[in-house]
Amino acid sequence: MATWIQAKKTLDLKQHMGSIRMDFPILNQRVHGRPLVYLDNAATTQKPRAVIQAMAEYYESQNANIHRGVHALSEVATSLYESARETVATFLNAQSPSEIVFTRNATESINMIANIMGHDQIKPNDEILLTELEHHSNIVPWQFLCERTGARLKIIPIQESGDLDYESAVKLFGPRTRILAITHVSNALGTVNNLPPLIALAHQYGAAVLVDGAQAAPHIAVDVQALDCDFYVFSGHKIYGPTGVGVLYGKREWLDRLPPWQGGGDMITSVSFQHTTYAEPPHKFEAGTPPISQAIGLAEAIRYVQGIGYPAICAYEENLELYALRRLLETPGIQLIGQPLKRASIVSFVMEGIHPHDIGTVLDQSGIAVRAGHHCAMPLMEHYRVPATVRASFAFYNTYEEVDTLATALEKTWKLFQP
Amino acid sequence: MSDLLALYQDIILEHNRSPRNFRKPAHISHEAKGFNPLCGDKVTLYLNVEDDRIQDVGFEGSGCAISTASASLMTERLKGLTLADAASLFQQVHHYLTQNSATSPLDPELGKLEALGGVRQYPARVKCATLPWHTLQAALLNRHAPITTEMETHADE
Repeated sequence: MATWIQAKKTLDLKQHMGSIRMDFPILNQRVHGRPLVYLDNAATTQKPRAVIQAMAEYYESQNANIHRGVHALSEVATSLYESARETVATFLNAQSPSEIVFTRNATESINMIANIMGHDQIKPNDEILLTELEHHSNIVPWQFLCERTGARLKIIPIQESGDLDYESAVKLFGPRTRILAITHVSNALGTVNNLPPLIALAHQYGAAVLVDGAQAAPHIAVDVQALDCDFYVFSGHKIYGPTGVGVLYGKREWLDRLPPWQGGGDMITSVSFQHTTYAEPPHKFEAGTPPISQAIGLAEAIRYVQGIGYPAICAYEENLELYALRRLLETPGIQLIGQPLKRASIVSFVMEGIHPHDIGTVLDQSGIAVRAGHHCAMPLMEHYRVPATVRASFAFYNTYEEVDTLATALEKTWKLFQP
Repeated sequence: MSDLLALYQDIILEHNRSPRNFRKPAHISHEAKGFNPLCGDKVTLYLNVEDDRIQDVGFEGSGCAISTASASLMTERLKGLTLADAASLFQQVHHYLTQNSATSPLDPELGKLEALGGVRQYPARVKCATLPWHTLQAALLNRHAPITTEMETHADE
């Protein structure tokens, strides 16, 4: 928990920025001689000291394997790991911790569902609905599933603004729709999708809904019961936690019904060479030693975020994003890619006549970290007929001054490339 | 900024703005496609070789300033070369761009192509400069499968 938080109320983060930034040791450094301006938070976020310390403490005094052995350390490790699961369950407002499976990352969570759905849930000519906004990680696993089962992909298109075309979406649902796999927030444009009507529609047709929350969880308070989605996935490292841990939320009825994915230790109740019985969820889906220290780190990250509170984070990030949009629009040559109705701390843009990679290199020399590329969303780049964009993605530790530094560096870039 | 000016020399910026030979020639004897999957840069290189000599050359595609200028400067240089000369130019340029030290000597024999050497201080950008050259190598061998910067045989590290 952040030490500077004193009272439970909506904080004005602008007033606490000095303390917040001190919680993130990595931010206090120079890159190419300039203060680091880290605007690549959609790729991965930085870690507060509390997370780093919780993981160090685990390895220094609590490390053991879990669910095995009766010795004291194993009991401590097991209890820390299972209480991390409870923290995640409360964070997502799941009905029970048994609905939380720890994975390696959001990608692995999606692959698990796409894989085990293929055992008996999906038949030839069944339809899987995706959107044009999806990250490759929410496209390719479903293509694998289609190849194995003879199912087909259908794609919900977007409007020029980068919002989903909800009218077309309605027409794509049908009696063969089995799965809707949809991102909560677009990693390339920042679009926040309006999920409830689509989830309700999917359920009317008896389809299951998987929501990719990798970019949403750091910025939006998620309530899986209110959303009524069947699966929700996110990655630890994008929400100020460590790499190597991801979350799969699944409604208990689904986790009961689905077969296990990988086999191994920890996912069984008994094994003989003739017959093996599986453990109950969530352990059924966690074969082998899980990411113990990472789950503990993730729980600490969630406590840190909850300590600040989503109302404060949302209010601050929304204003920072508006300020960034204003400064970008004042900068010569900038063209925003996507202007969605609602966005979550991600801004994608191109500059007339200057390739995003060249912009990325010039910004890097000013100490600014952004992503320049296709953002693992090639179909979306195709839609906007650009090979790549520059993406600035913000976190609650970014400042207005950093936005100014970005705008100044972009002006410099513009001038460098003019004849 | 001074480092940046070594990367983005005037000649690079000018060739990026007005790339030479940015077209598909009427007659083509050799052709290859190059692709950098990490950034999406694409280049298609066309050669028209008659009597063992490159009579015409052109390229199409989209890429950053470095890869565009590299392709433009390369096509300028290739016209009139024999296939053997082109192959040895590839070796010379590839060696020049990928030798590990940013302080290693310039290669005055390269003429204008020397300007590409700015990438040696930017490891992430070396592949931008070498992509058109690997595509040339594939075209000389008349390889039809697109080459990528991530192929084992083309690794630039």
